[in-house]
Amino acid sequence: MCLAIPAKITKINGMIAEVDIGGNIKEINITLTPEAKIGDYVLIHAGFAIQVIDEKAAEEIFEAWEVAYESLQRQ
Amino acid sequence: MNHYKDNRDYARYLLDLIQKEADRPLTVMEVCGTHTVAIARSGLRELLPESIRLLSGPGCPVCVTDDLDLDLVIALAREKGIILATFGDMMRVPGTQSSLLQEKSRGADVRVVYSPADALTLAAENPDSEVVFLGVGFETTVPTVAVALEQAMRQGLKNFSVYSLHKLVPPVMKALLEDPDVKIDAFINPGHVCTILGSEPFRFIPEKYGRPCVVTGFEAVDILEAILIMLRQHKEKRPAVEIQYKRAVRPEGNPVARSFIEKYFEPVTARWRGIGEVPDSGLTLREEYAAYDAQRRFPLSITPGKRRKNCSCGEVLKGLKLPYECALFGKVCTPVKPVGPCMVSTEGSCAAYYRYGAQKAGVAH
Repeated sequence: MCLAIPAKITKINGMIAEVDIGGNIKEINITLTPEAKIGDYVLIHAGFAIQVIDEKAAEEIFEAWEVAYESLQRQ
Repeated sequence: MNHYKDNRDYARYLLDLIQKEADRPLTVMEVCGTHTVAIARSGLRELLPESIRLLSGPGCPVCVTDDLDLDLVIALAREKGIILATFGDMMRVPGTQSSLLQEKSRGADVRVVYSPADALTLAAENPDSEVVFLGVGFETTVPTVAVALEQAMRQGLKNFSVYSLHKLVPPVMKALLEDPDVKIDAFINPGHVCTILGSEPFRFIPEKYGRPCVVTGFEAVDILEAILIMLRQHKEKRPAVEIQYKRAVRPEGNPVARSFIEKYFEPVTARWRGIGEVPDSGLTLREEYAAYDAQRRFPLSITPGKRRKNCSCGEVLKGLKLPYECALFGKVCTPVKPVGPCMVSTEGSCAAYYRYGAQKAGVAH
């Protein structure tokens, strides 16, 4: 339905950015994520970045689960 | 990305928790076709306790395209001087008589594109043809079409237009909740639609209908986490819209993308295959952009073809039937010779069930 893949921005020129997707370089449009910077991971859909991925948030959500997960390991 | 994410132990840990806490029936609809495929591919349906039932919803934009709309697009593709640019998964979808792929083989100029921006390039390279971009998709895709439209205006491309069959998710979820036949206890919300919309437009579902909505990522552990969250919400009677897919979805979504949608499009009643007309669930170009609206520029009237008999895609899309409960599934209707769109589209639930096997039904494939 709405496949979107994460990729890292390596170059920006105007509204066009270069991203590295598993080693190959592709041009995408970043009009929908004007705040995106080089080094950011963005979600790409139909040739456009639709969101800058929040790595920190990804970690946060798992802190709670990791604590519980570690307790399982100790049983 | 967190290394626990793809760790099977972690998935097993989540499954154990779900097994322990699932003490009552829970019917969950995954609205998005990408979730349907992720669930089928990872075999989650068979790993979850019997009490949790996963249904596929109308979440594949290809499947929900009404065959009458498709017949109109096919008629347009046949017109001289028209180049119809479309995403690839619309090529094989059957209208009542034909498909874009069949029309292409009969000489219609139908071209597959991967982005609306590619359709712009086609228009620039073919000044004496009319390039019509077939806009199919939900709120995730619409902003990309709006940006391409803006560029067409800026570049003065007069031979570019959009045939908008775009659809909106919140109105169809409301229609399903209002349908007495449809029994859904909770929703796995489409992750990337919510990347654009955020959680706000779905708040009416827990507040007015008391159903949990969990915005979910597309890894197996994302889906398991979401099921655990909604199970607890359901048991503790505190339905809410909760974002599990935090790495890609913020509560406010993507306001820039939404402003593009609102600037160029406005809601309109849309026909959904198998569901019928749903008010304010489609998008049409605003009046001031009529020059870029293919439906206004190339009005066509056709005699509606006969809809296909005993194809249950409609019920499957509403979660009333599971794919293998359709009389045609796996026999008359297969990925090689698909009858209905749910088997054609790679994200259709019938295609997912067929490809990844529905052991419970013992369907030979």
